[in-house]
Order: sequence, then C-alpha cells, then structure tokens
Amino acid sequence: MAVKVIIPTPLRVYAAKKDSAEVSAETVGEALGGLTAQFSELRKHLFTDDGKLRSFVNVYLNDEDIRYMAKEATPVKDGDVVSIVPSIAGGC
Amino acid sequence: MAENFQLWISHDLSERIRRHGAEVFPHECCGALLGRDATAVGSGDSQESGTPREVLDLFPMVNRRDDSPRNRFAVTADDVRDAEKAASQHGLEVVGWYHSHPDHPARPSQFDREHAWPWYSYIIVSVMSGAPAEMTSWRLDDDRQDYSAERIEIRNSAGA
Repeated sequence: MAVKVIIPTPLRVYAAKKDSAEVSAETVGEALGGLTAQFSELRKHLFTDDGKLRSFVNVYLNDEDIRYMAKEATPVKDGDVVSIVPSIAGGC
Repeated sequence: MAENFQLWISHDLSERIRRHGAEVFPHECCGALLGRDATAVGSGDSQESGTPREVLDLFPMVNRRDDSPRNRFAVTADDVRDAEKAASQHGLEVVGWYHSHPDHPARPSQFDREHAWPWYSYIIVSVMSGAPAEMTSWRLDDDRQDYSAERIEIRNSAGA
C-alpha cells in the first residue's frame, strides 16, 4: 500500500528537509520502518534503543491516534496519511 | 563541535515569558515560540547553524501535568497541533517552546534532555521565590546526549 508519512518540523533536518515521504507498507509500523529506511538519522529520535516508539512521539493514522487502534500493527490502505506529531515535556 | 545558535526575541515577548512564569509560580508555565527560521522547509539553501532564528509571537499553554506541576510540564499532541495551527495562521511556525523552573536555575535538567526534540529552541526561565530571574535557551544536540546553549538576543522591537 502506498501511504504518505508526515514528518514533523523538528525532524525535517534529518529527512532532507522534506515535510513528507511516500512509503510502501501494510501497517503503521512498516510505514515508520520505511521512513527510517529512507532517512536513517530519524531512527534515534523516533525510537528508543530497544526499538520502542519514544513516549513523546505520537502517531496518527489519518486523524486517529494509533494508541486507540492496534498501535503499530494498525493496518494501512492506499492513500492513507500517517502523521508523526510531537508532544512536549520537561521540568526541573 | 561548537554550534553558534542565536535566538532573536523582542523585549516585550521576553517579558511576557517572564511574567507567565511569575503568574503561575510555584507551578511551571509553558508555551510555544512562534517565529521564523531560515533553516525551515521551503526557505532554500541555508546554513545549519549560525543563522538567527526569530521569535515573533507566543502561544501560552496550560501545563497538562496537574499531578506534578511544580517540577514538570507537558504539552499534548493536540496542543502542539493547536500551536502549529496558530503559527501558520500568521505565516509563522513553531520554532520552540518555553517553560519555567520554579526555584531552580535556568539549566536543562536530565528530564528536559530526555524528552526534548532536536531543532526546537527551548527557553527556560528561572523563577526564584516568585520573581523571574535568569532566562536561557538551549537546543538538543543531534546525538540526543547533550544540549547546546543558544544565545538569546533581546531586540527592542520585533523585526518582522
């Protein structure tokens, strides 16, 4: 399936300044894998060392948060849009 | 490798950040920095560092960490989308975030670093006993291991 992945502003410097990429995937997880295969420097900003999505990385399939679907196993279809949206945290 | 990051902000906007920190003390304040950056998408060739980034507006936010608001702040993905929408309505983009450190120095904590995104500017204002004090800005390094300081240049009026 051909899907579009939207890359958030702070990560575009690691993706040849592109705001999106086209990938071929059957699931959201494969779409993210396809993205990091194209732009390997994105990997450490999206995933922890043991390969889990970082807690402040939110992924939407079209307008649905994948946490409320089948997470990274959520199936995708042609023309779907996967968006990576930051959440922000910090403190002293 | 020393980076030469600079962040331009007007006196008025920097005072608004400091006031926000004082108003919500002893809790942490937070908000988005809306502005322009020459390294952003669509701006053509530019240097990765040494190019001034300019803050032209603020988008103050509600700290979502109501379980621990004195030493933590959180901005949800929906809030981030709202901030991006507000920025694009003014032809700007979200170039970073600000938050306060109540009764702590304006230095990024380990928690700040672990949760930071690259590229964004992170302004921290220290608020000591309710009074705004030092203000600094930082950017996460590419390897996520450390921060680089960003020089804040206070300008008398917004250069838009």
